[in-house]
Amino acid sequence: MYKVDIYVTLKKDVLDPQGKAIKQAAERANVENIIDVKQGKYFEVFINNLKSVKDAKTTGSLLSEKLLCNEVIEDYKIISVIKI
Amino acid sequence: MTASILVFPGSNCDIDIFNSISSISGEKPNLVWYSEKIPKNTDLVVIPGGFSFGDYLRSGSIAATSKIISHVKSLAIKGIPILGICNGFQILTEAKLLPGTLILNNNLKFICKEIYLKISNNKSLFTKELPNKIINMPIAHKMGNYRVSQNKLSELIDKNQIAFRYSSSKGACDSKSNPNGSVYNIAGVLSENNKILGMMPHPERFTNIIDKDVIMKTILKLILKC
Repeated sequence: MYKVDIYVTLKKDVLDPQGKAIKQAAERANVENIIDVKQGKYFEVFINNLKSVKDAKTTGSLLSEKLLCNEVIEDYKIISVIKI
Repeated sequence: MTASILVFPGSNCDIDIFNSISSISGEKPNLVWYSEKIPKNTDLVVIPGGFSFGDYLRSGSIAATSKIISHVKSLAIKGIPILGICNGFQILTEAKLLPGTLILNNNLKFICKEIYLKISNNKSLFTKELPNKIINMPIAHKMGNYRVSQNKLSELIDKNQIAFRYSSSKGACDSKSNPNGSVYNIAGVLSENNKILGMMPHPERFTNIIDKDVIMKTILKLILKC
């Protein structure tokens, strides 16, 4: 079995209302020097019946492109692929 | 004329649309559960508002992968008119039947209020019969902030695919009259062939006793021939 970790983040120019609210809350919580916050999603995907890390990465990419990530506003990044 | 209303787990405007279409056309539409098939004689598909599959992942994204949406795609190719309202609009964008996507409202809040809409394209099947340039309608959503790339926005404007824009009662489409932060005040979008309409406002929910169902009737007049 393989474990694929995937980050999905908003594209650079897309406005992130939640990130903006977190930044404002940081100011209220007196955490200084925060310039910007962007909120994203993190997925742990477990995949069976594959022969290599490369295949697991391909499946992770396929899942991201078809479902986890909306290409209009988001980018995805495969953070790690490990055999478990 | 037969309309089919799709029902997903979490749809909650299906009965409102059913009642509205029944009252304006005198014919009862089909309510089609998402795991069933859309009847063959369908002349109009309506995807209602709600929170399909709990709106997990992104609004409409899980519903967009269902078999019934593949069927909707094949009906779209045949030119059958498709109307998506609120969550229905979100499902249509996730299914790539309409461009762009809808994200969290600018103010992070669920907004439920009446707004004004400026009709931007008054030539489509859905908007041709709308009498006035400015109409009043309710909205009720948290994810109604329409986003599209700058290039695609120019394309939508050039191809006259913007159906409705949020405006003031006098028709000014400015940031003041924009309830959710949508780019270019966009409230409704048409497909390139103008046969698919996605809109965040709820025409079926217009229950002012005098104007009841008037807007819905006008939007569906040419399709339902009523």
